[in-house]
Amino acid sequence: MCETCGCGDPEIVPVEVKERILSDNDAQAGHNRSHFESLGVLAINLMGSPGAGKTAVLEATSKAAAGRLKLGAVSGDLATDRDADRLNASGIVSSTITTGSACHLDARLVHHALHHFPSNDSDIFFIENVGNLVCPAIYDLGQTANVVTLSVTEGEDKPLKYPVMFQKADLVLLTKIDLIPHLDFDVDAVEDALARVMPDARMLKVSAKTGEGIEQWLRWLEERRPEAVERPADAHHHHHHEHSDGSQHEQH
Amino acid sequence: MHEYSIVASLIDRVQQEAALHGGTRVHRLHVKIGEQSGVELDLLKTAFDTFREQTICDGAELAIDTVAVAWACSSCERSVAPGSILRCEDCGKPARMVQGDEIILERIEMEAPDV
Repeated sequence: MCETCGCGDPEIVPVEVKERILSDNDAQAGHNRSHFESLGVLAINLMGSPGAGKTAVLEATSKAAAGRLKLGAVSGDLATDRDADRLNASGIVSSTITTGSACHLDARLVHHALHHFPSNDSDIFFIENVGNLVCPAIYDLGQTANVVTLSVTEGEDKPLKYPVMFQKADLVLLTKIDLIPHLDFDVDAVEDALARVMPDARMLKVSAKTGEGIEQWLRWLEERRPEAVERPADAHHHHHHEHSDGSQHEQH
Repeated sequence: MHEYSIVASLIDRVQQEAALHGGTRVHRLHVKIGEQSGVELDLLKTAFDTFREQTICDGAELAIDTVAVAWACSSCERSVAPGSILRCEDCGKPARMVQGDEIILERIEMEAPDV
């Protein structure tokens, strides 16, 4: 019987759920996370506005990491393969997740992309999210860490305007710092704004153009890489794999 | 506009619960949304009004309980005011969000003639 609204209707029953509405996504993200962990891969969810320099940072990262680290990436894009093409050209094995009209990646899209990914031996795997400072923050993808790019042309108050995104960040990359001499950009102001929305705020200043700060960024990544794990050649290719629809597929 | 995808997940979940409990029609959903969850309440309501049609939630009311943001020291639990530097004045440890990021389905009120 209805006890809450007082209508007294004997046929209305309250059902207590008390669960996150996105619990299905959380479960899929947990599954992705165990994939990454079993492969010993550091997975980075790279977010930021359109044009903040996500792809350019990855190109510079690839250049600096050449011969040291194997990098992989999936790029979320509404309509094109342009980012993945750029990344492949820079030496990062990559593929595109075309989201159509969706403004963010979710764990299921990433899972699908992982199973169609051309290579299986990345040291660091970047999930380049759709350019957007709002929606992507809400969806766990199974990443090890969230990194948000903020370019100096966007303004110092972006963290205060988009607190959800910056609150979830483990690191902020302040990009395009080679432009600072041409702008009235106040680095102290952006650091202050970050400290008010991001617990244990961390920011690195980088320029994909000059390469400044890219070594520090690589060091930050290397410090977060999981301990070396036993990685049999076919760890991911031949396991039975339970999917959300309950079916089992042999992965090849 | 992730609110549409949140509503799609919400209605899926309600349909599962209704099947489980023999529910025939949903009267009201109670959800808890944090002020810093990244969910816009107006967009959520619009999305719900659009998507509920032709589903078990057709005609159902969406009752939204908003949750204010609160931060506290991750070590000594001392409260840290929203908008201030998110670090404890006493022990210098970073603050953690205590509440305010909820996106939760609390309760469904449904007609279940067989219960």
